[in-house]
Amino acid sequence: MAGSLQEAYELLLKSRQSRILAGGMWLRLGSTPISHAIDLSRLGLDTIQKTEDCLEIGAMVTLRQLECDVLTREAFSGILPTSVQSIVGTQFRSTATLGGSVYARFGFSDPVCALLSLRARVVFYKAGEMDLETYLASPPVRDILTCVRIPLSSQAASYQSLRHTRTDFPVLNLSLSRDEQGLHTLSVGARPMKAMRCREAESCLDCGDTEGALQAVRQLPYGTNMRAGAEYRQEIASVLLERALEEMKA
Amino acid sequence: MTLTFTLNGRKMSQEISPDESLLSVLRRCGCYSVRSGCDTSNCGICTVWVDGHAILSCSYPAPRAEGRSVTTMEGVRDEAQDLMTFLAEEGADQCGFCSPGFIMSVLAMLRELKDPTVDEMEQYLSGNLCRCTGYNSQHRAIVKLLEKRRDEHHV
Ligand SMILES: Cc1cc2nc3c(=O)[nH]c(=O)nc-3n(C[C@H](O)[C@H](O)[C@H](O)COP(=O)(O)OP(=O)(O)OC[C@H]3O[C@@H](n4cnc5c(N)ncnc54)[C@H](O)[C@@H]3O)c2cc1C
Ligand code: FES
Ligand code: FES
Repeated sequence: MAGSLQEAYELLLKSRQSRILAGGMWLRLGSTPISHAIDLSRLGLDTIQKTEDCLEIGAMVTLRQLECDVLTREAFSGILPTSVQSIVGTQFRSTATLGGSVYARFGFSDPVCALLSLRARVVFYKAGEMDLETYLASPPVRDILTCVRIPLSSQAASYQSLRHTRTDFPVLNLSLSRDEQGLHTLSVGARPMKAMRCREAESCLDCGDTEGALQAVRQLPYGTNMRAGAEYRQEIASVLLERALEEMKA
Repeated sequence: MTLTFTLNGRKMSQEISPDESLLSVLRRCGCYSVRSGCDTSNCGICTVWVDGHAILSCSYPAPRAEGRSVTTMEGVRDEAQDLMTFLAEEGADQCGFCSPGFIMSVLAMLRELKDPTVDEMEQYLSGNLCRCTGYNSQHRAIVKLLEKRRDEHHV
């Protein structure tokens, strides 16, 4: 149980087999031996706060907190709660954390896809603050994620995912937001690769060209895994975008 | 290491290994209602409460329970009585393997939501898998329990 971030960081650097322990839900499924599991649960990283220009979510905030907190429910058309509510079950979400999800940057991640469309920034103890998009493209980082900051500029947003069954991993997820200037940010995840933005579709949406956006989102790279094939995902991407646009119109 | 925690209202000290799960410690303490199903955080069978929140004990590191209050089915027998009766009446307790975890989740839901809608109920309980019942009988049992509670409230 780390007593401070500095202590946690020193322990992390001490051995290649040290690992940060957040919810531990994913970590325990791995086969890598762990010499030190560094528990962050008593460092006060479990708060959600609204500042003048962003919503700041601590790395140890659980997915359940994200789902129930009044601030996350009210902000960004409620897409943060929507994005996590199909993840396994209530008990699971009471322990799994946002930090664990973001740091691990799983391809299938629902919250990462939602955060990318909200232009979130991630804050590391040593490396400081960076764009989530930059982090997703960067090589592995040996550092401690302390919080996620989301600018309050999004006016409307929608999160969509397709799953074979309610609590399964997503076949595809898509998240769209529009800011006060009418500019769109669109991300597509579980392709099955990591979530990425579709800038061509964003430009089309900014000029009101819905058909162009639906075409563009199909052009992202999609892959095949046990849940679906690349072609299927390509088709579903434009369906999810249509649904997101419908929801935002309403 | 020594884990000191409250189990079903009683202070306990137990020798544990640092990488042990709460599930394994609870079974060592004689709480056999706590069972392992998938052991990969998927099925909800190992559900217990830590400080009143339902969690999956198969994935909860035991050292994290230090100083906390843990509740298992053994600690809520009275509160669970009506629900167990309705589950039996509706045929929702078949092999019974999933029942303790399911009951802990339903009771947690009723403490949190008081009078949930069917949608809220399905959403809240979606992490409790059952291989026998097909869920309808479980849902009927909860609806009956809610009706009973409403009636008692109006009397
Ligand atoms: C059965 C199962 C089903 C799932 N289904 C879905 C799903 O449908 N959709 C979805 O989006 N996700 C899903 N997930 C992923 C889940 O939501 C969490 O993302 C995952 O459990 C990690 O969160 P955690 O808090 O448990 O992190 P941990 O398991 O504790 O950590 C994960 C990794 O991140 C590192 N880490 C954690 N926190 C930090 C930090 N603050 N700084 C630096 N490193 C850190 C750990 O060292 C570890 O390498 C699933 C997971 C499981 C086990
Ligand atoms: S045994 Fe814990 S979730 Fe299945
Ligand atoms: S009654 Fe058999 S698994 Fe639920």
